Amino acid sequence: MHPAFSVIFLTTLIGVGQGLFIALYSAQAYSAIGVLPKPALVFMTTGSVFSVAFLVGGLVASIFHLGRPERAWRSAAMWRTSWLSREVIVLPMAIAAVAAYGVIHYQGWDLTLIGITPPFPGALSLLVGTLTTVVIFALFVCTGMIYACIRFLQEWASPLTVINYMLIGTGSGFTFAAALSTQYEPALTLFFAGWALALTLFALITRSASLIRNQRIKYRSTIQSAIGVRHTRIRQESQGFLGGSFNTREFFHGAHPWIFRFIKWLFIVLGFIMPALLLGYGISSDAPKLFIFAFFVQYVGLIAERWFFFAQANHPQNLYYQLVS
Amino acid sequence: MTQLALVIDLNVCVGCHACVTSCKEWNTSGSAGFMSDDRPYGENPTGTFFNRVQSFEVGEFPNTEVVHFPKSCLHCEDPPCVPVCPTGASYKRPEDGIVLVDYDKCIGCKYCTWACPYGVREIDEHQKVMKKCTLCVDRIYDESLPESERKPACVLACPTSARIFGDVHDPNSEASVAIDEAGGYTLMPEWGTKPANHYLPRHRARIRIHEDELVRADNPLKKETERPQGPVEGQTLDDVTSW
Repeated sequence: MHPAFSVIFLTTLIGVGQGLFIALYSAQAYSAIGVLPKPALVFMTTGSVFSVAFLVGGLVASIFHLGRPERAWRSAAMWRTSWLSREVIVLPMAIAAVAAYGVIHYQGWDLTLIGITPPFPGALSLLVGTLTTVVIFALFVCTGMIYACIRFLQEWASPLTVINYMLIGTGSGFTFAAALSTQYEPALTLFFAGWALALTLFALITRSASLIRNQRIKYRSTIQSAIGVRHTRIRQESQGFLGGSFNTREFFHGAHPWIFRFIKWLFIVLGFIMPALLLGYGISSDAPKLFIFAFFVQYVGLIAERWFFFAQANHPQNLYYQLVS
Repeated sequence: MTQLALVIDLNVCVGCHACVTSCKEWNTSGSAGFMSDDRPYGENPTGTFFNRVQSFEVGEFPNTEVVHFPKSCLHCEDPPCVPVCPTGASYKRPEDGIVLVDYDKCIGCKYCTWACPYGVREIDEHQKVMKKCTLCVDRIYDESLPESERKPACVLACPTSARIFGDVHDPNSEASVAIDEAGGYTLMPEWGTKPANHYLPRHRARIRIHEDELVRADNPLKKETERPQGPVEGQTLDDVTSW
């Protein structure tokens, strides 16, 4: 497939935004049971603003993918059958929920607002946060399933696709939370950095699993089944036109095999290994500035990761477009 | 239930592209607006087509044959492109099984092309909506046309009648009979999309000649003056007399 930067930025940005929210919410949940100190208000508010900004950034990026963005509102219609439609509904829901979470923190609202005495301070934000977490994970599932549900794109048609979206998104979000907390809430930096390291390493394992799986794929469609002629040697003589067409532009990444292989190693190093080393070194040597650097390295690596995710998918229609003439 | 479809006879298709040009001519002139056609005579021409004719070489020299392979939307009975459409612009008509795109609802997200294993949907670079074969839906029901012309443009254009149009759910239609008699098959059956369009396979024209058929055993009509003689040893009465 041809990697479109609109979709690369959509999926990576909302991944960070979702992960960042999970980080904020888990810090609050940990502090509610007294494991962590109560996160500073300014950190929770700033974090929520950044999370919303990442999610909105992804939404804006997605608009560039559409041929007719003015009709984008129509895409909420077919949520019964289409994962894309479901994502279109859940993404604004997630933005609204995270924004509400941030506003509740900023205003210091609690259940007293509706006449209930809260069992502990911050019960309302914790309640809203729990519901938001459900929405955030629903968004991960929708985003992943958009790709995983296309059964003949065999590189994507695997539960690993959804798992990778979840782990990579939360990993990068926690890295961002670690970087952000160095400015606003140093007491929580190690908590975020520790989880960021664990999630990044987990994501490296599942992403490697999908790379290994994809290397061993046996394609179900062949040139024989594509044209229905049973012969061991079939060669395309002409694809029916001399110039390019949508079919030759949309479904081929067009990169040199050398670049393709290079980007694979690039994303493994920049997206996973380097941030893990930076996080690990930052934790062990108490150098929190490294976490900011780790986030930028990881984000660049994840752009490469998403590029490779698209480029690696081999669409069966390519069997029909192998030779100009 | 009706399922309109094309049956394409690869045995007679000569790869002339008449179906491609007549399809484009008809569909670029319709109420849905033009189909993109950029730099048709320039460098790197490109455009939107509903129908493409491709050619494949089967076998190794000298035992090769070229299969010309017209490819358009197969109007699957279980079309994977329809449920993924977020707006409902892609739909399958229940009354005749034609898979269509509502150009006024399409947002041009291209997700349906990802979900079509055959690569028969092409985005229109100017209108920014997805386009595909309509089976000439604006023509086959047009009562102002004589009945013989109420067929897709590609079918009418084909000089060798390689394209048969009909209802593949009606066992007595010309299309169904052709599928039945000539062993029509569908493309990529492994995905369970149940394409409505069928292809009729190549038949090799072959006669089987046994060695004894090369030597005339008798001459019943006395066409030749000299009667053929088999070996004297083991002659039968039939070999030396005629009746």
